[in-house]
Amino acid sequence: MSKQVAVLGVGMHPWGKWGKSFVEYGVVAARAALADAGIEWKDVQFVSGGDTIRNGYPGYVAGATFCQAMGWNGARVASSYGACASGSQAINNARAQILAGLCDVALVIGADAAPKGFFAPVGGDRPDDPDWLRFRLIGATNPIYFGLYARRRMEIYGATEHDFAKVKVKNSRHGLANPNARYRKEVTKEEVLSSAVVSDPLRLLDICATSDGAAAIVLTSLDFARKHSTAPVKIAGVSTVTPRFPNTVIEMPNFATDSAATVAPPAVPFRDSIARGAYEEAGLGPEDMSMAEVYDLSTALELDWYENIGLCKPGEAEKLLNDGDTTLGGRVPVNPSGGLACFGEAIPAQAIAQVCELTWQLRGQAAGRQVENAKAGVTANQGLFGHGSSIVVTK
Amino acid sequence: MAKKRVPAIDGWFAMDTAEPRLLGTKCSSCGTYFFPKESSFCRNPGCSSTDLEEVPLSPRGVLWSFTNNCYPPPKPYVTPDPFVPYIVAAVELEREKMIVLGQVAGDVKIGDLAAGMEMELCLDTLFEDDAAEHIIWKWRPAKGAQ
Repeated sequence: MSKQVAVLGVGMHPWGKWGKSFVEYGVVAARAALADAGIEWKDVQFVSGGDTIRNGYPGYVAGATFCQAMGWNGARVASSYGACASGSQAINNARAQILAGLCDVALVIGADAAPKGFFAPVGGDRPDDPDWLRFRLIGATNPIYFGLYARRRMEIYGATEHDFAKVKVKNSRHGLANPNARYRKEVTKEEVLSSAVVSDPLRLLDICATSDGAAAIVLTSLDFARKHSTAPVKIAGVSTVTPRFPNTVIEMPNFATDSAATVAPPAVPFRDSIARGAYEEAGLGPEDMSMAEVYDLSTALELDWYENIGLCKPGEAEKLLNDGDTTLGGRVPVNPSGGLACFGEAIPAQAIAQVCELTWQLRGQAAGRQVENAKAGVTANQGLFGHGSSIVVTK
Repeated sequence: MAKKRVPAIDGWFAMDTAEPRLLGTKCSSCGTYFFPKESSFCRNPGCSSTDLEEVPLSPRGVLWSFTNNCYPPPKPYVTPDPFVPYIVAAVELEREKMIVLGQVAGDVKIGDLAAGMEMELCLDTLFEDDAAEHIIWKWRPAKGAQ
């Protein structure tokens, strides 16, 4: 158990469209996390920032940007990028510093100010960048990929638009009382099914929005935490796995999968390997999880995650949903925070926000959305260009 | 006068309307295929070859999944005015054991498609400007297939 670190404090800037700088959101979240931990900024030894690539140079050096904004305190810094998985990269880097004995107190911050509408590639004429080319040559937006996965579920498992809509209905209810959620309004199945088609079979209300927001956590060694808290929540496993060759699922921003002509696909496909890496570090399995926070970029993708993180077998996610197992009060609530359906995506903050939610749940502080007797939870997320992200958090 | 037809990207496909082919590479040592072309190093982790040759990929495959885009995408996609929704298909090539994306050509509706259908490659216009018609590969339901 020596590989655990403590989550001493968590904090957020509410998600929304606030029209301010990502730096301001990040500082608000960081101060909230420090206050929650009872730690002074001057005592933070390591700052780990999740990068945002749509906010200029300060976004690429997020760790130092936040340090400057908080008032230089001499802390060591790191800035991590792994697309949607940037937050867990930042958490993992802070954890490594602590476990290596290089520091006791680290502050992890991710913040974004997102553009409206579809995510576009970084500007300019860049024909060597697959992320630029997929828009140029195919018009392959992010929802195009989500639509391909959703249609695949319908074709091979018989999933329906009604199943997808029910995910949104569930998550909209979960997020109603969450003060950090952007959308706190109940959505009906009929509203989902009457919203405009974006990428068939996915409609506007099946797909998450892009948001401004920030999340921060104070990570410390267990020894340090014991002096400050009677029962700190712990991070027991972090997975930042990449795929194994050949990856046979079409992934953003690629035009094609790897070829499996000469090497058989791995026994555990990439998306199944993501949470598995965190479970193995934690010495726990999906059966030990009280809840999960998964990356519902689309409603259908949440169903994929049920299977990928081991909550059920392939093809059984719709049943799990329809039986109420993943609803608050069910066997293993998924996205008790309301998920991306209620937050929208603030890229480098999102994987950190997932850990914030599990921490509040495990402390019994998730008012209006509390998972009863929560003992452990898992997060799952994936960043384009092959970034797996999963974190197991325990009492 | 007909506009000049130019590939929207050089070297990714053969500009041959009668027999269109995507151009990939194949590792001379282990036989793994790559698209777009990988020309420097074989990416099979068990192979250290640097000898990759250009090969045309199979012009037919099986439909893995499909979707459409009903909203104008951001640049650098060149969006016609008015915007025309388009379908994107993911097609699995049997010999290469690889899924390749492409828009679907012609007046095909989502309801016309089903996973497992045989699809074939064709060339079509991606966009036009004053100088030229920019050509791209697309998929379409295979002629003579069920």
